[in-house]
Amino acid sequence: MISLNNVHKSYVTGSNSLHVLKGIDLEIKQGEFVSIMGSSGSGKSTLLNILGILDNYDQGSYYLNGTLVKNMSEKKAAQLRNELVGFVFQSFNLISFKNAMENVALPLYYQGVPRKKRNKIALEYLDKMGLLEWAEHLPNEMSGGQKQRVAIARSLISKPKIIFADEPTGALDTSTSYEVMEILKEINNEGITVILVTHEHDIAAMTHKIIRLNDGVIAEIIKNGDLKHWKHQYAKELETA
Amino acid sequence: MFDIDKWQEILATIKKNKMRTFLTGFSVAWGIFMLMILLGSGNGLSNGVSQNFMRDAVNAMWLWSGETSIPYQGMKEGRRIQLTNDDYDIIKDLPGIEYTSGRYYISGNTFSYGSEYGNYTAITCHPELKEVESIDIIDGRFINQIDINKARKSVVLGEDIYDALFKEKDAIGEYIRVNNIPFKVVGICKEGGGTRNRNAYIPVSTGQKVFNGSNRLNNFALTINANTLEESQAIEAQVRETLARKHKFDSSDRSALGSYNKLEDVIQTMKIFQAINIFIWIIGIGTLIAGVVGVSNIMLIIVKERTKEIGIRKAIGASPASVIGLILLESVLITTIAGYIGLVLGAGLMEGINFIVEQQYAASAATNGGNGETLFRNPTVDLNVAISATMLLVFAGTLAGYIPAKRAAKIKPIEALRDE
Ligand SMILES: Nc1ncnc2c1ncn2[C@@H]1O[C@H](COP(=O)(O)OP(=O)(O)OP(=O)(O)O)[C@@H](O)[C@H]1O
Ligand SMILES: [Mg+2]
Repeated sequence: MISLNNVHKSYVTGSNSLHVLKGIDLEIKQGEFVSIMGSSGSGKSTLLNILGILDNYDQGSYYLNGTLVKNMSEKKAAQLRNELVGFVFQSFNLISFKNAMENVALPLYYQGVPRKKRNKIALEYLDKMGLLEWAEHLPNEMSGGQKQRVAIARSLISKPKIIFADEPTGALDTSTSYEVMEILKEINNEGITVILVTHEHDIAAMTHKIIRLNDGVIAEIIKNGDLKHWKHQYAKELETA
Repeated sequence: MFDIDKWQEILATIKKNKMRTFLTGFSVAWGIFMLMILLGSGNGLSNGVSQNFMRDAVNAMWLWSGETSIPYQGMKEGRRIQLTNDDYDIIKDLPGIEYTSGRYYISGNTFSYGSEYGNYTAITCHPELKEVESIDIIDGRFINQIDINKARKSVVLGEDIYDALFKEKDAIGEYIRVNNIPFKVVGICKEGGGTRNRNAYIPVSTGQKVFNGSNRLNNFALTINANTLEESQAIEAQVRETLARKHKFDSSDRSALGSYNKLEDVIQTMKIFQAINIFIWIIGIGTLIAGVVGVSNIMLIIVKERTKEIGIRKAIGASPASVIGLILLESVLITTIAGYIGLVLGAGLMEGINFIVEQQYAASAATNGGNGETLFRNPTVDLNVAISATMLLVFAGTLAGYIPAKRAAKIKPIEALRDE
């Protein structure tokens, strides 16, 4: 599904160049539930954006669903994003002048689904998120948790193979975070690959695989079975810090 | 099918961003509105003035004699100059002279027909006066050469005289009395450009014969063949020179021989109008530039404001072309409709002003012996100009939107998303 080979990425600002990703090798299979962790500035968002074709990389190769993603035209990238992936952002990124239903329906607009039909489907997805009665509300009339569920509904409506979520619970309180994670877990249970970035180890612990980034390289990959051990180690790290 | 959807998406966006829509539309509508008023006023002014000129041929010239005011060749000033038929024969054949008509003043002008009578002016003339004063024949004919040769007692009545004496009865062939002398009505006429038709025309030869004029003439009305101010001045000078030599007075003596060269006035006025026109166009273009800058500015701000939205749309699968299309179609739709509104409002206002002006014209015509005075008439704008101006603004808005929209659509979505 996802295959990264020696991927490098630098940010160039003026005469400065910041080498953020320093050779990432990564394989993620269909149906996996993965979290990316690491300290602030370690390159988590950068990696996720590259995976979601929201950003490009400088070196190496990235295959998404068998397609080489490199120097891809924006048109082709848009098509891939529309067919294959859904995004959930920390800051929700809903269109402020569209109501919940219209926001959710938007990806189907770009698939050419007629208005009535896509609004009907959007209502179904909002219903799944328990937000049916909020369908006509604008984003600024909703709470963070509600907005994030609208964003998740939007990411799901195009029936993607992968969901990318950059700190989806970052702006939410603990109980709302757990609700959102519950939804993501269900999505994963339906066979959709879920890749999320988080700072919180309890959130990461709900996933099946944790990728720890450190200074632009993958420091370790922890599988589900090792989680207990890792939690223990992480707690120790926190103590010594 | 997909197209309808696209327009629905655009209309939904417009509906939910009313302020933005208003600002974009307003700058276009205002620009077009101002342009319509500006060009309309310019046209109204020039129509009004050129109508005042239309009373007579634009190349008309008048000559009349008086007393000398400058001593000449030992002769004292204060000598009367008397024009005659001989002068008519000379002037008629001078180079540059087109039509010539001489006039002998006759006194007492009581017109009567049956029991109806009134005081009007009888003008003695040659047939050419018709051309010089742009006289329109409504019925019958004008004075002709046979009238002149045979000194027939023919008369052409101005419409107002006909109305007063005949009251819609047939007048051609009837005899009226001018100062108690019977004249046969041969035509009914209207004066060009004017609304006052209280003059009657009789052959100059008849006037001289019947009213003791011998071969004397008092003035000449002519038209000249000239295209430029210099040419017309040269012709005027030559006519003056010729008459001065014959009658022995200083050719610069305007008291001995008065002359008025209308073409000179017309050309000078036209020059002023050209200047006003150029001025109006400069302001008009300035208004347009202001409109272009306004629309462009707003489009730049709109696209900047929508960068994040563009990022979101792209993240969920919008192609660059669809994003650009969305922004530009919205701008084209708004600016076109706004331009149309400005056009309609501007044209409406001009029509309103036209209505008021026409009423005032009619009112002044009613109080001024049927001769309306106005400096402002028919202030309408060439629709093509207005439409072109609208299209220019639409195009400017599109272009100003296109460049940043294209940029925003081309960059990686994450960059657009980062924009706050
Ligand atoms: N557009 C950019 N231009 C320049 N530098 C950038 C840009 N985006 C990120 N960086 C830098 O790249 C490094 C990695 O950023 P990234 O956002 O991937 O970190 P992160 O692991 O997601 O951190 P956080 O946990 O704080 O979100 C940081 O040092 C950041 O300052
Ligand atoms: Mg980050």
